[in-house]
Amino acid sequence: MPKLTVDGIEVEVPGGATVLQACEAAGAEIPRFCYHERLSIAGNCRMCLVEMEKSPKPVASCAMPAADGQVIHTKSEKVKRAREGVMEFLLINHPLDCPICDQGGECDLQDQAMAYGRGANRYEENKRAVTEKYMGPLIKTVMTRCIHCTRCVRFAEEVAGVEEIGAIGRGESMQITSYLERAVTSEVSGNVIDLCPVGALTSKPYAFQARPWELKKTDSIDVMDAIGSNIVVGSRGAAVLRVTPRINDDVNEEWLADKSRFAIDGLAERRLDTPWVRVGGKLQKASWAEAFQAIAAGLKGLSGAEIAGVVGDLCAVEDMVAFKDLLAGLGTTRIECRQDGALFDAGEPAGWLFGTGLAAAETADAILLIGTNPRHEAALLNVRLRKAVKKGGAKAFSIGPDVDLSFPLTQLGDDAALLADLPAAVVEAFAGAQRPMILVGMGALKTPGLYEAARAAATRLNVVRDGWNGFNLVHTAAARAGALRLGLAVDGGINALMGDAGVKALFLLGADEVNVQAGRFTVYVGTHGDRGVAHADVILPAAAYTEKAGIHVNMEGRVQRALKATQPPGDAREDWTIMRALSSVLGVKLPYDDLIALRARIATEWPDLATDGLIARTATLSAVTAPPLRGPLHHIYSNYQLTNPIARASPTMAACVSSLLAPESREAAE
Amino acid sequence: MTDFSDFSWTAENAAEAQRLIGLYPPGRQASAIMPLLWLAQYQMRDETGVAWLPVPVIEFVAAQIGMPYIRAYEVASFYTMYNLKPIGRFHVQVCGTTPCMLRGSDDVMKACKDKGLKKYGTTDDGLFTLTEVECLGACANAPMVQINDENYEDLTYDSMTAILDMLARGEMPKVGSQIGRTASCPDGGPTTLTDMV
Ligand code: SF4
Ligand code: FES
Ligand code: FES
Repeated sequence: MPKLTVDGIEVEVPGGATVLQACEAAGAEIPRFCYHERLSIAGNCRMCLVEMEKSPKPVASCAMPAADGQVIHTKSEKVKRAREGVMEFLLINHPLDCPICDQGGECDLQDQAMAYGRGANRYEENKRAVTEKYMGPLIKTVMTRCIHCTRCVRFAEEVAGVEEIGAIGRGESMQITSYLERAVTSEVSGNVIDLCPVGALTSKPYAFQARPWELKKTDSIDVMDAIGSNIVVGSRGAAVLRVTPRINDDVNEEWLADKSRFAIDGLAERRLDTPWVRVGGKLQKASWAEAFQAIAAGLKGLSGAEIAGVVGDLCAVEDMVAFKDLLAGLGTTRIECRQDGALFDAGEPAGWLFGTGLAAAETADAILLIGTNPRHEAALLNVRLRKAVKKGGAKAFSIGPDVDLSFPLTQLGDDAALLADLPAAVVEAFAGAQRPMILVGMGALKTPGLYEAARAAATRLNVVRDGWNGFNLVHTAAARAGALRLGLAVDGGINALMGDAGVKALFLLGADEVNVQAGRFTVYVGTHGDRGVAHADVILPAAAYTEKAGIHVNMEGRVQRALKATQPPGDAREDWTIMRALSSVLGVKLPYDDLIALRARIATEWPDLATDGLIARTATLSAVTAPPLRGPLHHIYSNYQLTNPIARASPTMAACVSSLLAPESREAAE
Repeated sequence: MTDFSDFSWTAENAAEAQRLIGLYPPGRQASAIMPLLWLAQYQMRDETGVAWLPVPVIEFVAAQIGMPYIRAYEVASFYTMYNLKPIGRFHVQVCGTTPCMLRGSDDVMKACKDKGLKKYGTTDDGLFTLTEVECLGACANAPMVQINDENYEDLTYDSMTAILDMLARGEMPKVGSQIGRTASCPDGGPTTLTDMV
């Protein structure tokens, strides 16, 4: 624990800390460009210079280890002049195009030039210019603005695990580029936009859309996967213009997956903004009253046993509770949330949660993936697993189709039989492990009996032990954990429900991933004209995740709240209000008239859903017997992009898909 | 071999590549990137007459030592000794750093230009590529040029012109000092230690 003095204040910092961190601990602000808490230290921008007694020259504080007895000055004349000098050099080649730069208003260079720079420039030569680099449909480049901090290079290599960004050339000719100017093949590539301290890398879809100070910023929770990333929704009027991450070390650290960041243009496309009713086989626009009457007519004479519901992947807990209460009023509890057909014990949370927890996953020392591709299914989980393997030296194995997860992985093959008869290497790795993890994917869980086999393997490999739970389901649906906590699952899963000819009326709450057959009375409540509306008899337009306040439970069972950023379009309404209004028409009035009352109702039955934090679970798993299995396992997704109605409506996601199918590459610039 | 994607070592170079990789401890094979790229550039010269490194060749080398392509490309683009574009048969590298400049590298450069060479370009007949480089470490014999693997030193406008003429005719000019001194011995004979003591 070195003790040092910063501007006359004595601070003690943990061993291994840098002088920059010590300065921050002492309350001194240190300007920086290349240094970033979550990346390795490069020490190449020199903006963080401070004066250290007994050192003849200013030192780069980000790269200087804090040591006992150092005396640091951050406000001296020497430091001021050093910063001015660095700033002047940085600005020599930086274009003065702030008025047409999307980074304007949130640019580190702009801010620090104001705070630490000289007022005027003495450089009169020509500035250098750098040709644009193609980095794919998500990242716009203006490389003349690049200050060579190499944050993007380090992020790609260290966090994303795709070594596709680099610095070519040298000296004044150095340029940052993706390899041969191909699109960067990462699911977390958008984070370089946040990392880039200048406007060299900006968001392509958001180009010239808005200035940061024009945006209304609303704290929210992402629903594109089951990570529950903390986000800020930037909106102007009714339009959601961008989504950026909020720091939450337990969940998404400081990152955001590309789908979460870029699929938002799907919020404005193919939206349902008015109710529709099918008349004589054709859908017609209708008023809410007409639509409700049509539902009442459609349900006439049906008993509760003939009614069932399916909840989708993006719903908030409030929506699902109101849905459950409405259907209960109609006499049924048959509601299923596992649209993808996954089969597992939906009872005790320990049996279906991502038990280890996202943050703890990076400390695992043995990892067995069963039919899951976390890169597609939960990109930020993959970032954690990569850390476990690359930094922690964890041994990773995968049963399922071959995958490239950006870290070393032993592919065992895709035969489910492997689970009962694990190769010696796996058994050995797990025997020596302190924090072993098994991760089961939704794709694998479609195989009946696989869940039991995975549980049995978990018991045999002893992954649940004192203080450590290594049994994990990798959920893909944001709503899934919340729905399971509410008990929205039926025996036999979605196939049993859809295949039951006794079900005469079906309610779909944002359920777009199921195959709905014609022939039963179907009510669809949702946001997009997507798969769910195909055979719907009545369509009720609802609010998307940015358009309502809601509780979300992520795959590790973390309860988080989203605030409402924008209004739903047209006649669309928040889902729970639709249930409440419909309940009156159907004569089963729900006992809550506002969100507060609804949340109070939730708190009485599920108190853990009403408080932030992790939902309750047991610490042990009961033993189960597994049937013999055989046959290949599959992943749930065949692509990363088009996995929910919002993403499918997103032009940006569509552009990503086509850029993968027909890569647009250009020769490397000289 | 059109796009060079079928590039692979000759038997002899394959052995040499193994030797080079073996110079570094296990897990540090990436350290061999520079000699391997150099070897590949020579093999390209021997096989195609042009010493350069097309992208597939860089990728071939990177793959052999398990290095991400971009990292290998960074190295290849950093050093001017690797040619990322095809060059002429003779790569004329004129040193323009201070010692050579003071001793007349401008004349040398002029001689090249007068012979039709273009800086950073190749002559139409494919014979000469001209580059201006920084100090090549032969300052004592400034001004100098390096043409392919040989140095030509103590140049003047005329001697440089003569060298280019000879190369164009297919002759091999005398390498080293053009004024007859040995290595960098003093011009005009020894100035110290003239007598045995
Ligand atoms: S593009 Fe941005 S992040 Fe990358 S090196 Fe340049 S300034 Fe840094
Ligand atoms: S922040 Fe220290 S050198 Fe860049
Ligand atoms: S300056 Fe020309 S060789 Fe050194």
